[in-house]
Amino acid sequence: MKIAFTTKGAKWDAQMDTRFGRAQFILLYDDSTDSFTSIDNSAVENVAHGAGPQTAQKLFDLKPNVLITGNGPGGNAATVLTKAGLKIYIGAGDMTVRQAYEAYKQGELKAF
Amino acid sequence: MKIAIASGKGGTGKTTLSTNLAAYLAEKQEVVLVDLDVEEPNSGLFIKAELLREEEKYKMIPQWNPDTCILCGNCQEVCNFHAVLKLGEQIMVFPELCHSCYACSELCPTNSLPMVPQKMGELKHFNSGTLSFIESRLEIGQEQAVPLIRQTNKYVEECFSEQVIKLFDSPPGTSCPVIEATKDADFIILVTEPTPFGLHDLTLAVETMRELKKNFGVVINRHGIGNDEVEKYCSAENIPLLARIPNDRQIAELYSRGELLYKKIPGVKEQLDLLIHHIEGLESAGER
Repeated sequence: MKIAFTTKGAKWDAQMDTRFGRAQFILLYDDSTDSFTSIDNSAVENVAHGAGPQTAQKLFDLKPNVLITGNGPGGNAATVLTKAGLKIYIGAGDMTVRQAYEAYKQGELKAF
Repeated sequence: MKIAIASGKGGTGKTTLSTNLAAYLAEKQEVVLVDLDVEEPNSGLFIKAELLREEEKYKMIPQWNPDTCILCGNCQEVCNFHAVLKLGEQIMVFPELCHSCYACSELCPTNSLPMVPQKMGELKHFNSGTLSFIESRLEIGQEQAVPLIRQTNKYVEECFSEQVIKLFDSPPGTSCPVIEATKDADFIILVTEPTPFGLHDLTLAVETMRELKKNFGVVINRHGIGNDEVEKYCSAENIPLLARIPNDRQIAELYSRGELLYKKIPGVKEQLDLLIHHIEGLESAGER
């Protein structure tokens, strides 16, 4: 299973990014192979409009099964993510990626 | 003559000044007051006039035709606002993000994104003698004020001759809707209050007007509260201080009942006279 995180860094111990559309990085963890990839999303900072749908489109192409984030996506992004059919968990904004993953496994995160 | 009434900070008295100035000027000449704060128009609360005309206003957005689309993705490449996205086998359009630039539609090799009208708001045209009043209101859920402001300005341009004094009650802030509402005005009145918050946002509004190379002056509303920093700022920056509307409980009471002030409060009328004197000076300077 592939899990995507919105984060502020490319490491397992990086802080989560509470924002969805303007998240600095997207980390992708595949627990079946224990492999880890990071996607630099910082270019979105220069985007005045439509950051949400743009980041959502990246996730659409990455095809994770689960998204773990902070505040949750806005309306436009949520429309795209619904089409991608992934499960969204929110409330991990103050955690590190590792903590967020543990919290998710323990069922402690709120479904969006 | 086109005069826009703007402010940095919201709630400083743009509408109070716009409606009173419009009604007072209309005692002597033909005036049209235009409420361009289309997200929350409220000048109409103070203007009693007869509804002459009502128009629905539309913006054009692309609509995807899946039958002819070859999924080349050109549309999302050319969209500067990410309003068109290719998601796998389909194209999604986000009307709220669309700026109606037609790029995706015009550049689509198979014409699969024809532009279709979408209602964005309503314009109402009222009249009472020499005072005309135009109000546009954005539909709930619409995010862009600029296209409706632009169409409202066009309507005013077509309906009223050069001789009619035009007052534009602008939105607050300094973003795109304010630019659209003020960019064609001959003169801008910036309404502020004499508080630190008022001064802070006034400086932003002043910077904006200077960037637009606009002729402008300041009106202090609720004069008597706060401090004299706004006055000091205006004098240091050589900005004309056109009028000072006093802070007065009676003003608040009249306002809360939707009544105009200048008929009942001589102090307000005096200040409007000062303002009108300045505007007339501009007009005659322009004619020379």
